[in-house]
Parts: sequence; structure tokens; C-alpha cells
Amino acid sequence: MATLDLTIGEDVAAVPARRKRRLGRLFWAAFGWMIFVFAVALLADVLPLPSPTDMDMLERRAPISAEHWLGTDGLGRDELARLVHGARISLVVGVCAPVIGLTFGGALGMLAGYFRGRFETFVVGSMDVLLAFPPLILALAVTAYLGQSIFNLTCILGVLSIPAFMRVSRAATLTLARREFVIAAQAIGASHARILLRELLPNVMLPLLVFFLLGVAVIIVAEGALSFLGLGVPPPISSWGSMIGEGRESLEVAPQLAFFPAIAMFLTVLSFNLVGDALRALTDPRQGAL
Amino acid sequence: MLGFVARRLLYLLPVLLAVSLLTFLIASLLPGDLAYVILGDQATPEKVEALRHDMGLDQPILIRYLGWLGHILQGDFGRSFRTGQTVLQAVGERLPVSLELMILAEFLGLLIGVPLAIACAAKAGGAFDRFMTSTAFGMLSVPTFLSAILLIYLFAVELHWLPATGYVPLSEDPIGNLRFFVLPALTLALAEWPGIMRVLRSDLITTLQEDYIALARAKGLTPRRILFVHALKPSSLTLVTITGINIGRLIGGAVIVETIFALPGIGRLLVSAIGTRDLIILQGVVLLVAAGFVIMNFVVDMLYAVLDPRIRHGHA
Repeated sequence: MATLDLTIGEDVAAVPARRKRRLGRLFWAAFGWMIFVFAVALLADVLPLPSPTDMDMLERRAPISAEHWLGTDGLGRDELARLVHGARISLVVGVCAPVIGLTFGGALGMLAGYFRGRFETFVVGSMDVLLAFPPLILALAVTAYLGQSIFNLTCILGVLSIPAFMRVSRAATLTLARREFVIAAQAIGASHARILLRELLPNVMLPLLVFFLLGVAVIIVAEGALSFLGLGVPPPISSWGSMIGEGRESLEVAPQLAFFPAIAMFLTVLSFNLVGDALRALTDPRQGAL
Repeated sequence: MLGFVARRLLYLLPVLLAVSLLTFLIASLLPGDLAYVILGDQATPEKVEALRHDMGLDQPILIRYLGWLGHILQGDFGRSFRTGQTVLQAVGERLPVSLELMILAEFLGLLIGVPLAIACAAKAGGAFDRFMTSTAFGMLSVPTFLSAILLIYLFAVELHWLPATGYVPLSEDPIGNLRFFVLPALTLALAEWPGIMRVLRSDLITTLQEDYIALARAKGLTPRRILFVHALKPSSLTLVTITGINIGRLIGGAVIVETIFALPGIGRLLVSAIGTRDLIILQGVVLLVAAGFVIMNFVVDMLYAVLDPRIRHGHA
């Protein structure tokens, strides 16, 4: 077993080191923006910002000033503070929902790809059924009936992301399950649980984690769309999507109220896509070489 | 070929059945008693009980599902208790709007994506190719509600060229109808063309490395002729698939775009059914949309098998 573990370890460690130089400046810029957004979201309460919910009816749609760095919105709330607190919502939902998809989809995909047979047909079939529903409608219906909360929103978006993760994990497991180290483990009598957890999981995890980054981008957009329609996070909590939705009402007089959160969302989604895509390019050749 | 069709059909049936079961379960398990929704909060318990009995709501869920399915198989999807319209009437009214939007959007998406893909593949790796590839990648990060806002700001608020929202039926005023559709269709097309371009470009580049293309070059055919006559058709297989999937996806109506531009399509119907808790409309329309998506995927599979003999002879 020791030799097997050793080979896997080398495999994982050697490849990124060899290809690291290929990550261009764009990758690091995107990575930097990701870190920045995470940091700002984490420190939102500590930063010297005005309250994101305090209204000031005399200062409605105020222009950019020393007091309000990005001006104020239609209810006189500080735009920058709302932007920063909105980053929290986008990231909390954007990261937690794909975690649900990663956990359940990843597990289902591994089980389907490893055990094959009827179970696989059943899992793939159920995912096809789930994919048949218009996702936004499903999310809208469930949040409308269960109530608008960040928790409900995260859960439903997480469930909707399960099929995609299932496909990635099943595809990776299918190719891996035929490899020598799995056959060797079976030959020495390792249990199914051991093969799945010790042999397959570390290898399937890599493509899944890369796909996770792309999943975050998709979920941030989905959360934005729901909040934009007014069915995402409940007011007065600010989310980039709801800010764009509110800004849309005053497009003639104060277009910046829609454009600031739009730019923030675009840059964040683009960053996750860029980083995810760059890392996928790193892991793909390895998969091809298997 | 027949065996292939039969196998796919055999898979289609249980999927459709499961889709109907899931639709019914979601609609039934959501909190809120249909009888209370109809009668209002002031209703006496006796009245609610009587209505529940009339509608069969006091039956076990499996019986209710089978009853619902039985009606649907006879073409009866139910009737809204709010508007009195049947599900089929409501869908028939809204579907032309969604279809027009879908066709225009796909058309515009192909109009932008296909020429760009050809131009990129003709000089793969060149400056234009690299620029367009990065632009397409960037465009994939723009959500539809963002491009919708930008287009409204540019063409409706700043330039006053086009109306921001609204709708007139095609039969009343064809020009006015098209004016209302330009921005929503363009919004969707902006989201579609990067995918179209990426897929066609990479398939074209693969095709251009084939031996028969080298032969065509050796024969002295012009690059233009090789690109358009010899390479384009065999490279459009994946394009057929994604166009089909896009159409299947848009059958459900472009919820966001229809809402922003106030187009009375299927997407808006679903959103308003959710808002008014119109369960009958909701479950009927969701079932139709989901079934439409499944059947569209089936059609794409078939089309793909017709275009590429390897699929129908290989493992399906």
C-alpha cells in the first residue's frame, strides 16, 4: 500500500510544479481580485464604513463625495457600504451552495461510476429528471413558498447544482476505476469503502475542486438573478443582484447605482471563471494522460 | 437506426413519468393549502373541509397523483382558479411570444457567432482569433440581467432608439412588434454567441487538420472554398446539439429577459403563477416545459444520430 500511496502523491505534486510558470498575469490579477473580495466581505463589519441600511432621505442619490465614496442610493443609503455587504451575500451563497453540490453530487457520481449497473442508470436518470426543470423557476417556486432567506436560497441553489457535480465526479471515477492502482487495491482485498475513500477520492477531488470554482461563478449569477427579480435575499439586506434591480428603477437619473454592483459582479464572476479555467487547463492534460 | 430510436424511446418514458411525479410532488408539498388559497383566510373550517373534499385534497397523495396524471393523459391539464383559464389556453396564449423571442435570439446568436468562428478558425492563433476568444470568454461572465440593463441604458435611455419594455402582438403591428423584440432577443443572443463561437471554432480547427482538407489544398482549391464548402458542414455537428439544447432551454421562456422587458411569455406566466400561488397553472406549465425540454433533447439525439452514423452504430 505504501508504494501505491507514494505514486499517487508524486503524481499530484509533480504536475502543478512543472506547469506553474504557465499561469499568466491575468490569472494572478483574477486571483488577487478574488482575495480582495473575500477580504472585504470578511472585514465588512470592521471597515470604517457607514451603515448599509441607515437611510438618509435628504441625501438621496447623492453623487460621489468624501463622505459617500460611491454616493448614495435611492433611499440615501451609502452605496459603497451596500456594495461591501452585498459581497458577503454573493460569496456566502456562492460558496456554500456549490459545497452542497460538491458533497452530494460528488458522492453520487463516485458511487455511480464505481458500482456501475442499475444504480448508475438510476442516478444518471434522476439527474436527467432534475435537469429537465427550468432551474430558475424551481428556485423561484421554492423560495416563494418556503420564504425568502439566505439559508433557503443556498439550499435550493445547492440542490440544483448537484447534477453538474455528479457528472464531473462520475466521469473522473469511470476512468480512474479502471486504473492499475484500483485493480491492485481490489486484488489485495481492500473493501469498497477503502477503495472509494483512500484510492479514488483523492484523485476525483482535484477535477471536482476545479469545477467548484466554475460552480461558484454560476451560483453568484443565479443568486444575482433571483435577487434582481426581488425573490432572493429579503430586504433590507443588500445583495449585488438586488442593488442592480433597484438601480434599474433610476437608470435615467442615476445609472451608476446599477453600474457599480454590475461591475463588481462581472469582475468577481470573471475572476472565478478565469481562475477555474486556468486550473482546469492544468489538470486536464493529466486526466488525458491517464 | 430503428433499434437506436427504440432504445432512446424506452429511456424517455420513465424520465417523463418521473418528471410528472416530481412536478406533482413539488407543487403538493409546498406549504399552503390549496383550499385556503382559494377561499381566503376568512373561510370557516367547514367550508374548507367541503372544498378539500370536492377537489379530492383529502385523498392520499398517490391517488391524487394518479388522478392528475389520468386527466393529463386525456389532455386536461386543469383550470386556474384565479383567471378561469385552462392551462392549455394560458400556454397557447403565451407560447407564441416565447417562441418568437427564442427564434430571434437563436438567429441573432448564430448571426454573430458563426461568422466570428469562421474568421477565427481561418487564422487560428492569430491576433484576431486570440482577441475574439478572450472576448467570448469575458462575455460568458456577463449575466443576462446585466447585458439587459446595459442595452436598455444604451438604446432606450440614452439614444431613445428602441422601447425599453412592452409588447404588441405580431398580428396588430408587425414593425412595432419587432421593435419590442430587438432588445430582449439581443440580450439573449449576447449570452448565446460565445458558446456558439467557441464550439464551432474548435470543431473547425479540428476539421481543418483532416487529411481530406490537405488533399483539397493540394488540388489547389481556394482557402475560401475549402473553409465554406469542405470544412463547415462536417464541423457543425456540435453546433446542432448546442442549438437544440438552447432551444429546449428557452422553451421554458427566458424568465429574466421576459420579466425585464415585460414580454408576456411562458416565463412571465410562471413567475406570476408563483406570485399568485396559482398551483394548477404552476404545475401544469412546469410539466409542459420540462416535458418539452426532455423531448427536445430526444430530438437532438435523433438528429445527431442522423448526421453522424458512428453514434447510431456505437453504444448509445
